[in-house]
Amino acid sequence: MSGEVIQSLILILAALVLFASFVQISRERLLPAIHAFAWQGALVAVVTGLIAATGHVPGLYFSAALTFLLKALLIPWLLHRLVRHLKLARHREPLGHPILTVVLAVALVIFSYWLVLPIVAHSLSSTRNILAISLAVVLLGLLMMVVRSQAVAQVLGFMSMENGLFLAAVSATQGMPLVVELGVAFDVMVAAVLFGVFFLELGEGGELHNVDRLNRLDETRDGDL
Amino acid sequence: MNTAGIAFSVLQGLAYVLLAPLLLGWVGKVKATLQNRRGAGVLQPARNVYKLLGKETRVAHTASPLFRITPYVVFVATLLAAAIVPLLATNLPSAAVADIIVVAGLLGLARFFLALAGMDVGTAFGGMGASREMMVSSFAEPALLMAVFTLAWSAHSTNLAGIIDHQLSDARLLPSMLFALASLVLVAVAETGRIPVDNPSTHLELTMIHEAMILEYSGRHLALLEWAAQIRLMLYGALIANIFFPWGIATRPSLLALAMGMAAIVGKLLILGAGLALSETVAAKMRFFKTPIFLSLAFLLALIGLLSHVILESGG
Amino acid sequence: MNALSNGFWPVVLTVYTPLLGIFVLALIGRAQRAGWVNVGCAGVSFAASIWLAWAYTVHGDIVAAGLRIDALNISLVVLNALVGLSTALFSRTYMLEMLSTRLSGARGVHGLRLYNSLFQAFLFTMLLALTTANLGVLWVAVEGCTLSTVLLVSLYRTPEALEAAWKYFMLCGVGIALALFGTVLVYFAAQHVLPNPAQGLNWSVLYTHRKQFEPTVMIIAFVFVLVGYGTKVGLVPMHQWLPDAHSEGPTPVSALLSGLLLNVALYAVLRIKLLVDGALAGTPSAHLAGHLLIGFGLVSLLVGALFLHRSRDIKRLFSYSSIGHMGMITFGFGLGGPLATFAALLYMIVHSLTKSAVFITVGHATHIAGTQTIDHIRGLIRTQPKVGWTLLIAVVALAGFPPFGLFTSEFLLLGATMHRAPLLAIVLLPGMAITFAGLFRHVQRMVYGPVPAGQTPVRANLWPVYVQMALVLWLGLTIPTLLAHWLGQATALVAGAPLP
Repeated sequence: MSGEVIQSLILILAALVLFASFVQISRERLLPAIHAFAWQGALVAVVTGLIAATGHVPGLYFSAALTFLLKALLIPWLLHRLVRHLKLARHREPLGHPILTVVLAVALVIFSYWLVLPIVAHSLSSTRNILAISLAVVLLGLLMMVVRSQAVAQVLGFMSMENGLFLAAVSATQGMPLVVELGVAFDVMVAAVLFGVFFLELGEGGELHNVDRLNRLDETRDGDL
Repeated sequence: MNTAGIAFSVLQGLAYVLLAPLLLGWVGKVKATLQNRRGAGVLQPARNVYKLLGKETRVAHTASPLFRITPYVVFVATLLAAAIVPLLATNLPSAAVADIIVVAGLLGLARFFLALAGMDVGTAFGGMGASREMMVSSFAEPALLMAVFTLAWSAHSTNLAGIIDHQLSDARLLPSMLFALASLVLVAVAETGRIPVDNPSTHLELTMIHEAMILEYSGRHLALLEWAAQIRLMLYGALIANIFFPWGIATRPSLLALAMGMAAIVGKLLILGAGLALSETVAAKMRFFKTPIFLSLAFLLALIGLLSHVILESGG
Repeated sequence: MNALSNGFWPVVLTVYTPLLGIFVLALIGRAQRAGWVNVGCAGVSFAASIWLAWAYTVHGDIVAAGLRIDALNISLVVLNALVGLSTALFSRTYMLEMLSTRLSGARGVHGLRLYNSLFQAFLFTMLLALTTANLGVLWVAVEGCTLSTVLLVSLYRTPEALEAAWKYFMLCGVGIALALFGTVLVYFAAQHVLPNPAQGLNWSVLYTHRKQFEPTVMIIAFVFVLVGYGTKVGLVPMHQWLPDAHSEGPTPVSALLSGLLLNVALYAVLRIKLLVDGALAGTPSAHLAGHLLIGFGLVSLLVGALFLHRSRDIKRLFSYSSIGHMGMITFGFGLGGPLATFAALLYMIVHSLTKSAVFITVGHATHIAGTQTIDHIRGLIRTQPKVGWTLLIAVVALAGFPPFGLFTSEFLLLGATMHRAPLLAIVLLPGMAITFAGLFRHVQRMVYGPVPAGQTPVRANLWPVYVQMALVLWLGLTIPTLLAHWLGQATALVAGAPLP
């Protein structure tokens, strides 16, 4: 493949990563959202691999493989299992304000673009434009955590933020040093396991579907043990 | 422009009128083959139209004059819209008005009259069909325009001929193009009343949209409306084929180039028609209330196409 | 071998002993023994930190095993190890008591094992964050702090504790993600400047080249880092997790959260601020980072002060006080200049000592009263004079009375404010006054007042508190030469100019 084709392929994949974020936000059911997350992870891994190939950065192949294992296979599998274990597969959570959410999401994408304009102006790398996409993915993950009150959906938002961060590191700087990437991957994995523990606990209390019900703690409450 | 150019423009309009029934017939034939049926011949839609044209036209006694003029308005508006979408060549005299907003406007005019006529007779089906049609189009049109804007932004023009020329001169694999294509395909499926949004071959009262509106028409009127629907299908086909895969279209008004263009567009439409038949075989019609989700997906795709054009391709 | 001889072992022992402790304590099931091992690990780390302090005084900056000790973090490392040790001492007896009350049942022993192991994990990640030379590892360590404390906060498994831990996890997780984006941007800015881009996260390399960084990129990076790590500092409006996590977690964890974690997060902000200040020097927005810190700091001070009045839970009361104090410190760093910086550095140390002492005492007080509700805690001084008096004195110190150390630092900070930006003192003074009034309104009723029925003395181990309060008193009366020297060097580093 010629370099130009790979470049445009990278751009297309980056746009698909953004699309996957939108899909995650707008899905009512958990399993399709988890699948979208897994696809997003796989896309990020492929983008990483392609950047490794074009930029001749062998270290990135390792990152790509790690991302694929973690984001496209392991974490989705964990979440999938949890959802089935907690019998959430048929649970539906319609968005409260679908139009408003999409408008907000688009506004966030535009905001990211605006924010990184001065940054990418100083870069010559061909992947610099992806920085805006990755910041948008981070912010969309944040938005998802805000508009969703289902605990698993919030975790998906959290994890897709991590996808965006990784994409940012790969596209802006061709990856972080190896020790940092390993550390980040380790943290993400521990976080995923911790979330699993939480789901089991919250599931017992019935707060899994609506994290907004977690509102016991405020200043009006007595602190009796 | 010279007279030859004008002649070619007329020829192109005629090609739409004559080829449209064949395209529908082709889709039906492929679909039948895929479903292991023998199916009607490719000429069947054309025969239907011909037969209906000769039949007596009955009009309900509650109908107003609007009901009578609607078939003509719909046919003419659709034909006009089709005539300006480049089919064989780009630099014809019709290219001057070949603006995609004009196409959308003419199609909207046709739909407006059709919906009015559906309600005019006062039967329940007509009103239901009209309201459904309006709902679908209210979701489809934003998506269509958004996809169009994405294209127009790349080509710096809303002129169809301009967009196609831009595509020919600067053919690159771009994310915005892919998303716009996906969006436009979904919109086309909804606007031409195909599965999974509408089922053109059913008269099951609970599901039909387009058929419900024209239920009261007969004879010549019905023939015109069906013909218009066929032209609309071909129009969308030509739009998608020539914008996203413009290769082969004639850029000079010479006979040889036109013949090439003819062969190219026929080939492209055959492929697209087969694709449509395949997707209709695989997919089931969805519940009407799922249609907004289907079309908001189209909108979302177009939107991301637009955003990725701005973000990823600026200063490429 | 030369590199090894200059303080390799003290650094490694200080930082990595708790790492070893994580695994050892995960294996020890016996509650009694585990408590002592926990103290032992913290003790070794503390002893090594003293050795480290000596090595630092002799050799100056130490770089070993990817870790780096300089003027800015040496005092914080020693402080961290010290408070870690005293909290470990307190938690040994306290958690044994809890084993029979709130941690009871089959979960108890496992819960305690988890607690001890994570306690060390918490200490390790904080020490790593303080000492690492790499901004990326700094992020990983701070994220590690979040992960280890999430389970600590939810240790009691009550619905409230789960809720607090969930909020803590979500808010800090999001915050920390933004901080990583900021870190990526710093790396991005560095890659265009550094001769060897692979070193783009090494702080001292970055610091040498700080003046060449692209200012716009650094501004955006700093905003992300400030919001990100600021969440962990407890800056308003990202502070929502802080009172919840403090009130629902075990008391020793609250002491560590308030005493150390907030400092560590602020330290991370400070490291990046130094780079940003360098990049922005000479541009029209040269003081942008400082102004942001001033804004966040003052808002935090006021919000902390006001919410303190509304608190009905004793641990929430003191967590709001932490928000206010961290606001003051942030404000101090934002103000800049040698005097304010010196004051803020001193403030970090004395606040940490005082606040952890207060939380340890509060742990005993809640144990005596059997509740965290302020309205139900009364007459501590009659039930158990030792605890009552200690709480009173610790709060007096916390409120900034002379002759304690917080008075010195607040006085210096106020002086610097009067000197550099007198108008801001109009906000600062009422904030301090409201905090002061709020603390005393609540505390004097808990200490004095009639004793409610059923309030009995408990076995209290207050030695760590006495030691820390003595240190705070000492720092209030005079600053030891060694510490003054360290802080002076750190001030020169942070403020760009030595103390006059």
